[in-house]
Amino acid sequence: MTEVSPHVDGNSLAGPLSDIFSADMTRAWWRCPDCGSTGPLAELHVYGPDPGLTARCAHCSRVALRLVRHEEDTWLTLGGAEGAFRFRTAR
Amino acid sequence: MSSLSPGFHGRRRSASLTDRLPPGQYPTESFPVLSAGPTPRVPTETWTFTVTTESGEERAWTWDEMMALPQEDSVHDIHCVTRWSKFDTRWRGVSLDTLLDDVETAAEYAAVHSYGGYTTNMPLEDLLDGKAWLVHTYDGYPLSPEHGGPARLLVPHLYLWKSAKWVRGLRLTHDDEPGFWETAGYHNYGDPWREQRHWGD
Repeated sequence: MTEVSPHVDGNSLAGPLSDIFSADMTRAWWRCPDCGSTGPLAELHVYGPDPGLTARCAHCSRVALRLVRHEEDTWLTLGGAEGAFRFRTAR
Repeated sequence: MSSLSPGFHGRRRSASLTDRLPPGQYPTESFPVLSAGPTPRVPTETWTFTVTTESGEERAWTWDEMMALPQEDSVHDIHCVTRWSKFDTRWRGVSLDTLLDDVETAAEYAAVHSYGGYTTNMPLEDLLDGKAWLVHTYDGYPLSPEHGGPARLLVPHLYLWKSAKWVRGLRLTHDDEPGFWETAGYHNYGDPWREQRHWGD
Protein backbone atom coordinates (compact mmCIF):
# COMPACT_ATOMS: atom_id res chain seq x y z
CA MET A 1 0.00 0.00 0.00
CA THR A 2 1.37 3.41 -0.92
CA GLU A 3 1.71 6.12 1.67
CA VAL A 4 -0.72 8.94 1.06
CA SER A 5 1.07 12.23 1.68
CA PRO A 6 -0.92 15.04 0.07
CA HIS A 7 1.62 17.71 0.95
CA VAL A 8 3.19 20.56 -0.98
CA ASP A 9 6.57 22.18 -0.32
CA GLY A 10 7.34 25.01 2.08
CA ASN A 11 7.28 27.65 -0.64
CA SER A 12 3.51 27.57 -0.19
CA LEU A 13 4.05 29.30 3.17
CA ALA A 14 5.56 32.38 1.49
CA GLY A 15 2.26 34.22 1.04
CA PRO A 16 0.72 33.61 4.48
CA LEU A 17 4.02 34.31 6.28
CA SER A 18 4.60 37.52 4.31
CA ASP A 19 1.49 38.87 6.06
CA ILE A 20 3.50 38.70 9.29
CA PHE A 21 7.22 38.86 8.47
CA SER A 22 9.09 41.27 6.24
CA ALA A 23 11.98 38.86 5.60
CA ASP A 24 11.62 36.09 2.99
CA MET A 25 10.66 33.33 5.38
CA THR A 26 11.02 30.51 2.84
CA ARG A 27 14.80 31.06 3.11
CA ALA A 28 14.79 30.83 6.90
CA TRP A 29 16.95 27.94 8.09
CA TRP A 30 15.37 25.32 10.35
CA ARG A 31 16.90 22.52 12.39
CA CYS A 32 14.64 19.64 13.38
CA PRO A 33 14.90 19.09 17.15
CA ASP A 34 13.97 15.42 16.73
CA CYS A 35 16.03 14.06 13.82
CA GLY A 36 18.58 16.89 13.50
CA SER A 37 18.11 17.44 9.78
CA THR A 38 18.51 21.02 8.59
CA GLY A 39 17.37 23.01 5.61
CA PRO A 40 15.41 26.03 4.46
CA LEU A 41 11.77 26.38 5.37
CA ALA A 42 10.97 25.90 1.68
CA GLU A 43 11.90 22.22 2.01
CA LEU A 44 9.35 21.45 4.71
CA HIS A 45 6.29 19.36 3.81
CA VAL A 46 3.15 21.44 4.12
CA TYR A 47 -0.26 19.85 4.72
CA GLY A 48 -3.57 21.65 4.42
CA PRO A 49 -4.68 24.30 3.61
CA ASP A 50 -7.68 23.41 5.82
CA PRO A 51 -8.26 23.53 8.70
CA GLY A 52 -4.79 25.12 8.79
CA LEU A 53 -1.33 24.83 7.27
CA THR A 54 0.86 22.28 9.05
CA ALA A 55 4.54 22.32 8.08
CA ARG A 56 6.53 19.22 8.97
CA CYS A 57 10.10 18.00 8.77
CA ALA A 58 10.55 16.33 5.40
CA HIS A 59 12.53 13.52 7.05
CA CYS A 60 10.72 12.61 10.28
CA SER A 61 7.37 14.49 10.05
CA ARG A 62 7.92 16.44 13.25
CA VAL A 63 5.74 19.55 13.28
CA ALA A 64 7.76 22.71 12.50
CA LEU A 65 4.98 25.27 12.44
CA ARG A 66 1.22 25.64 12.13
CA LEU A 67 -0.61 28.57 10.60
CA VAL A 68 -4.36 29.19 10.81
CA ARG A 69 -6.06 32.06 8.98
CA HIS A 70 -9.58 33.31 9.63
CA GLU A 71 -10.89 36.62 8.36
CA GLU A 72 -8.52 39.27 9.77
CA ASP A 73 -6.60 36.93 12.06
CA THR A 74 -3.57 34.75 11.51
CA TRP A 75 -2.47 32.35 14.24
CA LEU A 76 1.14 31.21 14.03
CA THR A 77 2.50 28.40 16.20
CA LEU A 78 6.20 27.61 16.02
CA GLY A 79 6.96 24.02 16.87
CA GLY A 80 4.62 21.29 18.04
CA ALA A 81 2.40 21.92 21.03
CA GLU A 82 3.56 25.36 22.11
CA GLY A 83 1.26 28.38 22.26
CA ALA A 84 0.16 30.31 19.20
CA PHE A 85 0.63 33.98 18.42
CA ARG A 86 -2.37 35.75 16.93
CA PHE A 87 -1.68 38.51 14.43
CA ARG A 88 -4.16 40.96 12.98
CA THR A 89 -3.54 40.62 9.24
CA ALA A 90 -6.30 42.51 7.44
CA ARG A 91 -6.44 41.35 3.85
CA MET B 1 -30.61 -1.51 13.98
CA SER B 2 -30.06 1.97 15.32
CA SER B 3 -28.75 2.62 18.79
CA LEU B 4 -30.45 5.98 18.88
CA SER B 5 -33.42 6.27 21.16
CA PRO B 6 -36.79 6.50 19.38
CA GLY B 7 -37.33 10.01 20.66
CA PHE B 8 -33.96 11.23 19.45
CA HIS B 9 -34.41 9.62 16.05
CA GLY B 10 -37.95 10.92 15.73
CA ARG B 11 -36.96 14.49 16.40
CA ARG B 12 -34.20 14.33 13.79
CA ARG B 13 -36.49 12.76 11.21
CA SER B 14 -39.10 15.45 11.68
CA ALA B 15 -36.60 18.30 11.36
CA SER B 16 -36.09 19.74 7.90
CA LEU B 17 -32.59 19.60 6.47
CA THR B 18 -32.39 23.38 6.87
CA ASP B 19 -33.10 23.05 10.57
CA ARG B 20 -30.33 20.46 10.83
CA LEU B 21 -27.72 22.79 9.33
CA PRO B 22 -25.75 24.74 11.97
CA PRO B 23 -25.06 28.45 11.32
CA GLY B 24 -22.44 29.17 8.65
CA GLN B 25 -22.45 25.61 7.27
CA TYR B 26 -23.34 24.24 3.81
CA PRO B 27 -24.44 20.67 3.03
CA THR B 28 -22.26 18.34 0.97
CA GLU B 29 -22.76 14.87 -0.45
CA SER B 30 -19.03 14.19 -0.65
CA PHE B 31 -16.77 13.32 2.28
CA PRO B 32 -13.79 15.69 2.08
CA VAL B 33 -10.44 14.55 3.52
CA LEU B 34 -8.51 17.14 5.52
CA SER B 35 -4.94 16.38 6.43
CA ALA B 36 -2.42 17.77 8.89
CA GLY B 37 0.25 15.17 8.23
CA PRO B 38 1.08 11.83 6.63
CA THR B 39 -1.71 9.28 6.82
CA PRO B 40 -0.73 6.60 9.38
CA ARG B 41 -1.14 2.97 8.30
CA VAL B 42 -2.01 1.04 11.43
CA PRO B 43 -2.43 -2.74 11.05
CA THR B 44 -5.24 -4.13 13.19
CA GLU B 45 -2.78 -6.82 14.39
CA THR B 46 -0.83 -4.21 16.33
CA TRP B 47 -3.62 -1.67 16.99
CA THR B 48 -4.51 -0.96 20.61
CA PHE B 49 -6.82 1.50 22.34
CA THR B 50 -5.79 2.58 25.83
CA VAL B 51 -7.61 4.55 28.52
CA THR B 52 -5.29 6.01 31.16
CA THR B 53 -6.83 7.45 34.31
CA GLU B 54 -5.60 10.39 36.35
CA SER B 55 -4.01 7.92 38.79
CA GLY B 56 -2.07 6.25 35.98
CA GLU B 57 -4.15 3.09 35.74
CA GLU B 58 -4.42 1.73 32.22
CA ARG B 59 -7.16 -0.24 30.51
CA ALA B 60 -6.24 -1.41 27.01
CA TRP B 61 -8.01 -3.30 24.24
CA THR B 62 -6.55 -5.08 21.25
CA TRP B 63 -8.47 -4.96 17.98
CA ASP B 64 -10.06 -8.37 18.61
CA GLU B 65 -11.00 -7.42 22.17
CA MET B 66 -12.58 -4.18 20.96
CA MET B 67 -14.51 -6.00 18.23
CA ALA B 68 -15.83 -8.47 20.82
CA LEU B 69 -17.48 -5.64 22.77
CA PRO B 70 -21.13 -4.74 22.06
CA GLN B 71 -21.31 -2.99 18.69
CA GLU B 72 -23.70 -0.16 17.86
CA ASP B 73 -24.96 1.15 14.54
CA SER B 74 -25.83 4.82 14.48
CA VAL B 75 -26.63 7.61 12.04
CA HIS B 76 -25.35 11.16 12.52
CA ASP B 77 -25.06 14.55 10.89
CA ILE B 78 -21.41 15.64 10.97
CA HIS B 79 -20.10 19.21 10.82
CA CYS B 80 -16.60 20.28 9.81
CA VAL B 81 -15.22 23.65 10.96
CA THR B 82 -14.30 24.34 7.31
CA ARG B 83 -18.07 24.81 6.84
CA TRP B 84 -19.23 21.58 5.21
CA SER B 85 -21.86 19.41 6.86
CA LYS B 86 -22.90 15.92 5.85
CA PHE B 87 -26.28 14.50 6.79
CA ASP B 88 -27.19 10.95 7.81
CA THR B 89 -23.71 9.40 7.92
CA ARG B 90 -23.86 5.73 8.97
CA TRP B 91 -21.32 4.29 11.40
CA ARG B 92 -20.66 1.13 13.39
CA GLY B 93 -18.51 0.93 16.48
CA VAL B 94 -18.34 0.79 20.25
CA SER B 95 -19.93 3.40 22.49
CA LEU B 96 -17.48 5.23 24.76
CA ASP B 97 -19.95 4.39 27.53
CA THR B 98 -18.99 0.74 27.01
CA LEU B 99 -15.25 1.45 26.97
CA LEU B 100 -15.41 3.67 30.07
CA ASP B 101 -17.96 1.58 31.94
CA ASP B 102 -15.60 -0.02 34.45
CA VAL B 103 -12.99 2.74 34.47
CA GLU B 104 -12.72 4.37 37.90
CA THR B 105 -12.15 8.09 37.50
CA ALA B 106 -12.96 11.47 38.98
CA ALA B 107 -11.39 13.29 36.01
CA GLU B 108 -13.25 16.09 34.28
CA TYR B 109 -11.39 16.12 30.98
CA ALA B 110 -10.21 13.76 28.28
CA ALA B 111 -7.01 14.25 26.29
CA VAL B 112 -7.38 12.25 23.08
CA HIS B 113 -4.28 11.04 21.26
CA SER B 114 -3.83 9.37 17.90
CA TYR B 115 -1.36 7.36 15.88
CA GLY B 116 0.67 9.99 14.01
CA GLY B 117 0.72 12.38 16.97
CA TYR B 118 -2.61 14.21 16.60
CA THR B 119 -4.29 15.33 19.83
CA THR B 120 -7.59 16.89 20.80
CA ASN B 121 -9.42 17.58 24.06
CA MET B 122 -12.91 17.76 25.50
CA PRO B 123 -14.76 17.51 28.80
CA LEU B 124 -15.18 13.86 29.74
CA GLU B 125 -18.96 14.30 29.92
CA ASP B 126 -18.98 14.94 26.15
CA LEU B 127 -17.81 11.36 25.63
CA LEU B 128 -20.52 9.83 27.85
CA ASP B 129 -24.28 9.18 27.75
CA GLY B 130 -24.50 8.04 24.14
CA LYS B 131 -22.65 11.01 22.64
CA ALA B 132 -19.43 9.39 21.39
CA TRP B 133 -18.22 6.21 19.69
CA LEU B 134 -15.03 4.46 18.66
CA VAL B 135 -16.02 3.66 15.06
CA HIS B 136 -14.43 1.24 12.59
CA THR B 137 -17.09 0.98 9.87
CA TYR B 138 -18.47 3.75 7.66
CA ASP B 139 -21.50 3.18 5.41
CA GLY B 140 -21.08 -0.58 5.67
CA TYR B 141 -17.39 -0.73 4.84
CA PRO B 142 -14.21 -0.79 6.95
CA LEU B 143 -13.13 2.79 7.66
CA SER B 144 -10.40 3.79 5.20
CA PRO B 145 -7.10 5.22 6.45
CA GLU B 146 -7.91 8.58 4.83
CA HIS B 147 -10.99 8.86 7.04
CA GLY B 148 -9.16 7.68 10.16
CA GLY B 149 -9.20 3.89 9.85
CA PRO B 150 -8.80 1.41 11.25
CA ALA B 151 -10.70 3.28 13.97
CA ARG B 152 -11.51 6.89 14.79
CA LEU B 153 -13.33 8.71 17.51
CA LEU B 154 -16.79 10.01 16.58
CA VAL B 155 -18.20 12.90 18.63
CA PRO B 156 -20.82 14.21 16.22
CA HIS B 157 -22.19 17.00 18.41
CA LEU B 158 -18.85 18.84 18.17
CA TYR B 159 -16.95 20.04 15.06
CA LEU B 160 -15.32 17.10 13.35
CA TRP B 161 -11.73 17.98 14.33
CA LYS B 162 -12.72 16.64 17.76
CA SER B 163 -13.48 13.23 16.19
CA ALA B 164 -9.82 12.24 16.13
CA LYS B 165 -8.75 10.00 13.25
CA TRP B 166 -6.47 7.01 13.98
CA VAL B 167 -7.35 7.31 17.65
CA ARG B 168 -5.04 5.44 19.97
CA GLY B 169 -6.27 6.32 23.42
CA LEU B 170 -7.58 8.72 26.01
CA ARG B 171 -5.93 10.21 29.05
CA LEU B 172 -8.41 11.24 31.71
CA THR B 173 -7.19 14.38 33.47
CA HIS B 174 -8.18 16.92 36.09
CA ASP B 175 -6.89 19.77 33.95
CA ASP B 176 -7.94 20.58 30.40
CA GLU B 177 -5.13 20.06 27.88
CA PRO B 178 -5.82 21.86 24.57
CA GLY B 179 -4.88 19.70 21.58
CA PHE B 180 -3.35 20.11 18.12
CA TRP B 181 -5.81 22.63 16.63
CA GLU B 182 -7.03 23.99 19.97
CA THR B 183 -3.53 25.34 20.66
CA ALA B 184 -3.28 26.83 17.17
CA GLY B 185 -6.25 29.15 16.96
CA TYR B 186 -9.29 26.88 16.98
CA HIS B 187 -11.93 26.96 19.71
CA ASN B 188 -11.35 24.88 22.82
CA TYR B 189 -14.86 23.33 22.82
CA GLY B 190 -16.14 23.58 19.22
CA ASP B 191 -19.95 23.52 19.36
CA PRO B 192 -21.25 23.89 15.77
CA TRP B 193 -24.61 25.26 16.94
CA ARG B 194 -22.86 28.10 18.78
CA GLU B 195 -20.41 28.48 15.87
CA GLN B 196 -17.40 28.07 18.15
CA ARG B 197 -14.78 27.98 15.42
CA HIS B 198 -11.85 30.05 16.70
CA TRP B 199 -10.46 31.57 19.87
CA GLY B 200 -12.92 34.14 21.17
CA ASP B 201 -15.96 32.87 19.22
